Amino acid sequence: MKTVIKQLTEAFGPSGYETEVTELIKSLVEKHVDEIKTDVLGNLIATKKGSPGGKTIMLAAHTDEIGVVVTHIDDKGFLRFGNVGGVGIPTLVGNRVRFAGGAIGTIYHEKSSWKELSLDKLYIDIGAENKAEALKKVKLGEFGIFHREFEDLGNRLIAKSMDDRVGCAVLIEALKKIESPTNTLYFVFTTQEEVGLRGARTAAYGIEPDLGIALDVTLTGDMPEARRMEVSLGHGAAIKVKDSSIIVHPKVKDLLVGLAEEKTIPYQMEVLEAGGTDAGAIHLTKTGVPSGAISIPTRYVHSPSEMVDIRDVAACVDLVVALANADLASI
Amino acid sequence: MLLARLTEANGAPGQEGDVRDLIRAEIEPHVHQVKTDALGNLIAIKNPDAPGPKVMLAAHMDEVALMIVGIESNGYLKFRPIGGVDPRVLVAKSVVVGAKKIAGVIGSKPIHLQKPPERERAFTIQELLIDIGAKNKEEAERLVKLGECAYFTTKHEEMGNGKIKAKALDDRVGCDLAIRLLQEDVSFPLIAAFTVQEEVGLRGAGVATYQIKPDLALVLEGTTASDVPGTDEHKHATTVGAGPCITVIDRVSIPHPPLVQELFALAEEEGIKVQVRRNTAGGTDAGKIQMSEEGVKVATIAVPCRYIHSPVSVMSKDDYEGAYRLVRSYLKKLQEREASN
Repeated sequence: MKTVIKQLTEAFGPSGYETEVTELIKSLVEKHVDEIKTDVLGNLIATKKGSPGGKTIMLAAHTDEIGVVVTHIDDKGFLRFGNVGGVGIPTLVGNRVRFAGGAIGTIYHEKSSWKELSLDKLYIDIGAENKAEALKKVKLGEFGIFHREFEDLGNRLIAKSMDDRVGCAVLIEALKKIESPTNTLYFVFTTQEEVGLRGARTAAYGIEPDLGIALDVTLTGDMPEARRMEVSLGHGAAIKVKDSSIIVHPKVKDLLVGLAEEKTIPYQMEVLEAGGTDAGAIHLTKTGVPSGAISIPTRYVHSPSEMVDIRDVAACVDLVVALANADLASI
Repeated sequence: MLLARLTEANGAPGQEGDVRDLIRAEIEPHVHQVKTDALGNLIAIKNPDAPGPKVMLAAHMDEVALMIVGIESNGYLKFRPIGGVDPRVLVAKSVVVGAKKIAGVIGSKPIHLQKPPERERAFTIQELLIDIGAKNKEEAERLVKLGECAYFTTKHEEMGNGKIKAKALDDRVGCDLAIRLLQEDVSFPLIAAFTVQEEVGLRGAGVATYQIKPDLALVLEGTTASDVPGTDEHKHATTVGAGPCITVIDRVSIPHPPLVQELFALAEEEGIKVQVRRNTAGGTDAGKIQMSEEGVKVATIAVPCRYIHSPVSVMSKDDYEGAYRLVRSYLKKLQEREASN
């Protein structure tokens, strides 16, 4: 499982440009599913057919990650850039960027106090000595990601884009374990979540599931002087109650809690005060879809060093596996 | 000239009737069906039942405007902006108000009566009133109804080296392009949606797309150019005269990357100068179109315009012509692809 997380988190996939990630996932899952396709927005949809009488579940994990886009190249070869998704200024300075075409650069800032630092005071140095040399390495409008390697610290792992490649890893691992499910399962590896839950919306419209579950990271509050948040690393899968995109359907929440209790899967409840997931888009599809989320507790979300605990990841896999044969009559 | 008539027509969000009538008359001879939907979108269809990709062109008819929300006892009109308007550009501008096109002026306290602190700051919307020369509330009420809108009176004019100044280039320039492009001889279904209420939240485009169900959509826009004094070059979203711009990301969409790549390649092939839109802010109808049902491939092609959302904006005729040639070449390429199938 760690190998898959390493492969996924080291792949390139800013919002809108997720093909490298979806191709990788396709190669990992295609022999384990009944059908697989890619839709207009680039969502990868892998299906495992259920038995008669089963319901349909859409399980969504997003493939995109936050990043940057080149907006200007000056005469000395420095790049200016815009954000792709929610990037935090303090995590940018000194960090490295890798572009679609392979160019690597480091981010630094103009003369400025930390308080006044804004995106347009930052630039990327790709080692070019002038504009002509820079233009050989990158194009205006080219997308880039934060360049960091995966690190295995034992139970805990650090990588960029754990948000939400770890969610993708949970789905991949679960679909390999599920033999013949009662419910028809749509494993949807969605696109453009970080810029507005976009892929999940169009995918859900096509699938029209009976139940929608997002697999995504959530914040933790177990670090020094952390913002209040009752989720901790290593305390199990987090079952979402609400975030700013959804109030989880009470029956969905109860179903997940019931399954965790029944299978003795470690779990904790998650109330996220700010932030959203694909479940926010899924539950408002057409006439409405009862939806919820299984979250992977993650420290330092949207930094290039997001940390998860492999035991929480395993708990999330177990919970997804339990859903495959769950009785959804109550939903 | 069509662009002159389009920009001099008035159409606040939700009150696009005059613009719609003008466009309808222009396109009727060139299309097979024209309809106005429940929200007021004008949808023109060429080759409705033909095989091939269903291609949608989209341009919004509405412009930012000032809605009359009150009439004072002395006959002055209170107003609020509909869509994004910088209140600092309003003082002392000529306007026309409502269906009767009543002449008016945006008035404010004269400088010799302002206290020193007042001179240090710009007027707020609340401090500005429209003077239509009425002597009291009753007289003003006979001329103007609450909910009608005031518009700038800017005339379309050519200036400098191939530039045009006009109001409402955002997005009558897109409407103009769509009208011309509808005249292309294509065999596949080509549908133009002239949408409503873009400036207040991309409202018309979603319902238009739901009816059209296109395979791909090209959004034609007038977008912000910030190549103006006092702006660092790296903050220029677009530059007037550097060709039409193609969007790679904005606040509401990441246009379909393969389609975007195809447009850049086509521009190079055809020798059309284009630029990347170098800003991630702002939004166009593409955001709603892309998200329709199971998703639609979109691209946004825009003519850079300085000073948009103000009484007068400036664009280059070459950029406009470049946008026209780029989309026309793309339609021709689709046509060739269809013919070889």
